[in-house]
Amino acid sequence: MRRSVSIAGLAAALVLGIGVWDTGQKGSVTSAQEKMSTMEVKIDNFSFGPVALTVPVGTTITWTNRDDIPHTVVSTDDPKTFKSKVLDTDDKFSFTFSKAGTYPYFCSIHPKMTGKVIVQ
Amino acid sequence: MSEKKKDELLHDHNHDGIDRRGFLKCMAWAGTGAFCVIKGGVLNSYSLSRMSEISTADMMGELSFVQISDSHMGFNKPANPDVVGTLKAAVDKVNGLSATPEFMLHTGDISHLSKPEEFDTVDQILKSAKPKDVFYVPGEHDVLNDDGKQFLERYGKGSKGGGWYSFDKKGVHFVGLVNVMNLKAGGLGTLGHEQLEWLEDDVKHLKHSTPIVVFAHIPLWSVYPEWGWGTEDSAQALAYLKKFGSVTVLNGHIHQTMQKVEGNVTFHTAASTAFPQPQPGKADSPGPMKVPAEQLRSVLGITDVNYVQGQHALAVVDSSLA
Repeated sequence: MRRSVSIAGLAAALVLGIGVWDTGQKGSVTSAQEKMSTMEVKIDNFSFGPVALTVPVGTTITWTNRDDIPHTVVSTDDPKTFKSKVLDTDDKFSFTFSKAGTYPYFCSIHPKMTGKVIVQ
Repeated sequence: MSEKKKDELLHDHNHDGIDRRGFLKCMAWAGTGAFCVIKGGVLNSYSLSRMSEISTADMMGELSFVQISDSHMGFNKPANPDVVGTLKAAVDKVNGLSATPEFMLHTGDISHLSKPEEFDTVDQILKSAKPKDVFYVPGEHDVLNDDGKQFLERYGKGSKGGGWYSFDKKGVHFVGLVNVMNLKAGGLGTLGHEQLEWLEDDVKHLKHSTPIVVFAHIPLWSVYPEWGWGTEDSAQALAYLKKFGSVTVLNGHIHQTMQKVEGNVTFHTAASTAFPQPQPGKADSPGPMKVPAEQLRSVLGITDVNYVQGQHALAVVDSSLA
């Protein structure tokens, strides 16, 4: 449990005006984890949409490749937090974000394609 | 030489004359390969689909070979549900040449999804080609999921590091480079330090008069960095080749023929045998990107960049090199 880190992240987000949170920060994180919400990212025309996504901890994001060309979804960190296999047309990849943080990612086949997930 | 049927797009990088509002316009799709002949140390390249218009004299030289590219075996969507058929058609064209080329180069994206059966199918089709030797470099589609292990097992015998190698044919030095591995987020194709060091060493002892042919999948010149059509560290590679009088760079990846001359270096890209891609900037792109398009010019000292794009045939290199 790194709750202190999460709270620091939330405080930073508040200061920067990125997210709008009520004062019950601990409660928000906990309930988000319990809800296990899901979000979608679509790959169209060699881009991730939305290109940046801010979600609560515990969210599962599913990427769907809607291009006629295969793509991948790979985090830029080392070691990789997540790394999909190659996604052909209409293939999907899901990853559940259990820790707060910023997760830049890209398509390892077309590295000009980049995106970001911010987990709060 | 011939100016016929030439469709020139002159592009000044400084002013970025590419029409971003342009609608999607695909190249007339030859779907074949290129016949390359080296004459007097200079490489001329012709689209295989236009060979009937090329005189026998033009086809003669010290050495001839064929470049094919981007067969994307396994692709089955519009504009081409039959990539087997179009690859076979390319082989038929090679076999129909009056003089059999010495060998073939495949500049990558042999497969669409790196599946063993896709490679098997291409191997099988290419066995029916009259030239028996085929030299490969990988495209990004050939190294999916396994960092190129399968590609190296199949095609990389005798190669160095990540699959690069060189060989000599009739006094011409050929260098196969790999620029599709370890791609970094936001970046272009990359050669990497180890390969660059090898290249420097590989060409160090060659006479300056030796014709050099470099082949790699992603263009080694900045065709359109906004779409990733370029190689981050190609400037360094080209610097090692600066001393040679005749340098030709053959690439695939962009599924259309383009040619550019910069000083002593002539760049060609080959059409795909599988499917065409739009001209740079003539379709939706992945979005705005900042990439230095000036690297090659700073190395070679050329200010204006001309993209010469043939409607059907590659433009003929008619400048004699010092």
